Amino acid sequence: MILTPKIEVAGLNFYYGAHRVLEDINLRIQPNQVTALIGPSGCGKSTFIRSLNRMNDIVPGARVEGSICIDKQDIYAPSVDVVNLRRRVGMVFQKSNPFPKSIFDNVAYGLRINGMTSSREELRGRVEASLKAAALWDEVRDRLQTSALALSGGQQQRLCIARALAIEPEIVLMDEPASALDPIATQKIEELIYQLKSRYTIVIVTHNMQQAARVSDVTAFFWLGRLVECDRTNKLFTAPKEKLTEDYITGRFG
Amino acid sequence: MNRTTRRKALSSAFVGFCALSVLIALVPLALVLSFVVSQGIRAINVDFFTQMPKPVGEPGGGMANAIVGTLMLAGLGSLMAVPIGVLSGIYASEYAGTRIASLIRFAADTLNGVPSIVIGVLVYGIAVLPFKQFSALAGGIALGIMMIPIIARTTEELLLLVPGTMREGALALGATRARAVFTVVLPAALPGIITGIVLALARISGETAPLLFTAFNNRFFTTSLRQPISSLTVQVYTYASSPYADWQRQAWAGALVLVTIVLLCSILARVATRRLESMHAR
Repeated sequence: MILTPKIEVAGLNFYYGAHRVLEDINLRIQPNQVTALIGPSGCGKSTFIRSLNRMNDIVPGARVEGSICIDKQDIYAPSVDVVNLRRRVGMVFQKSNPFPKSIFDNVAYGLRINGMTSSREELRGRVEASLKAAALWDEVRDRLQTSALALSGGQQQRLCIARALAIEPEIVLMDEPASALDPIATQKIEELIYQLKSRYTIVIVTHNMQQAARVSDVTAFFWLGRLVECDRTNKLFTAPKEKLTEDYITGRFG
Repeated sequence: MNRTTRRKALSSAFVGFCALSVLIALVPLALVLSFVVSQGIRAINVDFFTQMPKPVGEPGGGMANAIVGTLMLAGLGSLMAVPIGVLSGIYASEYAGTRIASLIRFAADTLNGVPSIVIGVLVYGIAVLPFKQFSALAGGIALGIMMIPIIARTTEELLLLVPGTMREGALALGATRARAVFTVVLPAALPGIITGIVLALARISGETAPLLFTAFNNRFFTTSLRQPISSLTVQVYTYASSPYADWQRQAWAGALVLVTIVLLCSILARVATRRLESMHAR
């Protein structure tokens, strides 16, 4: 199966000051698939996912070498507007971070600041559609004007997903989206990820290897800032090519 | 005495000393309040709020001009200090690097530590001498200068308390930094910032020294920015240091009104804060 990659990373080095956290990463991420990034803490997978929407730009001393192309366009090229990039590449964070506003205003935030709707009805429709896409609508439809902070942890995280989906990104990055949630809420998020991949390209960082095995099509294993192996998920977990990968997924270290 | 009983005795002695210190700290407050209330209440009546000061020897009269003057001066000070203070706080917390931010912090603390009389003299030099006229405007500027560092520091501290994940969330949705600050970070910190502003107000409305050289005093009622204006603090100072018993009684009443205004400010701040917070966390 030969596809044009949605994201193509070539020779990526990433530095925080003099410290190199990512070393010569080469990776192709296919459209409408879920790509999981696994690896022990501090291996650079979070840094990597945050470099895909240039979230690291705000960290002082961060520096990038190499290229990351989305649809063949280098996102670190000087002509690229980072605000536009982030509209195309949404992100869900490890800790749910709803704004201290109502549920409705949280989902409407991206639509409003980007001026994406022209009427109140349209705005309402998009908010509803996003909440439905994030499987949250039925739980909050009667209390859209209440504070988002009153939602449970799992609901807050799905709200953050709804908020990210509202501006219709092409790619959704998820940085350990379920690490702070209980198993039931985690299961809901996983089902959601599975449903979303028909419409979005999803990249997810996870510490949980079972989760990676359950939700992803492709898994990439990071180790000390290097990409050790990237393959179809079922292949990587059953017949890894690298000894390091095998040791990690069988729990011999990490 | 074995070790356990000794340890327990030592522990309760320590708690006792802590409680005692609190008590000692509260004594001045209780004394001030009880004195001001008991003395002030005798001279306070409707006239005090509605009448102008009477000449010496004539009984009655009030401080209507000084009450309005204090409110005007505090209002002018806020008008100047709130935007400058809040925006400086935003700059220090969101835009300046750690080095520049700590410089700003140091500058604010220094300005906050400058004796208020010195600020009065400074404003005398820049806003009174050139126009050869004491004015409400000059008084407002002096109070504003005193409020700026307080407001800037509170704003900065409260913005820093807003989790970084909140900023990232907004940026990840395609917000510019300024957008993120004004639509997410600032609203999240607003209850605390409002409290800070009101406390700054309470603090400066009790100032006398910076007004002596700027707003001066005025025996007549005025709302003109270009005229000298009376204020409760200066009026209390003038009356309390006069030899006339009637004026001295009125000084107590003025003090009572002043303390009440400050107290009302604090209560208002609390109520507003709680309202806003409950809106966030319902």
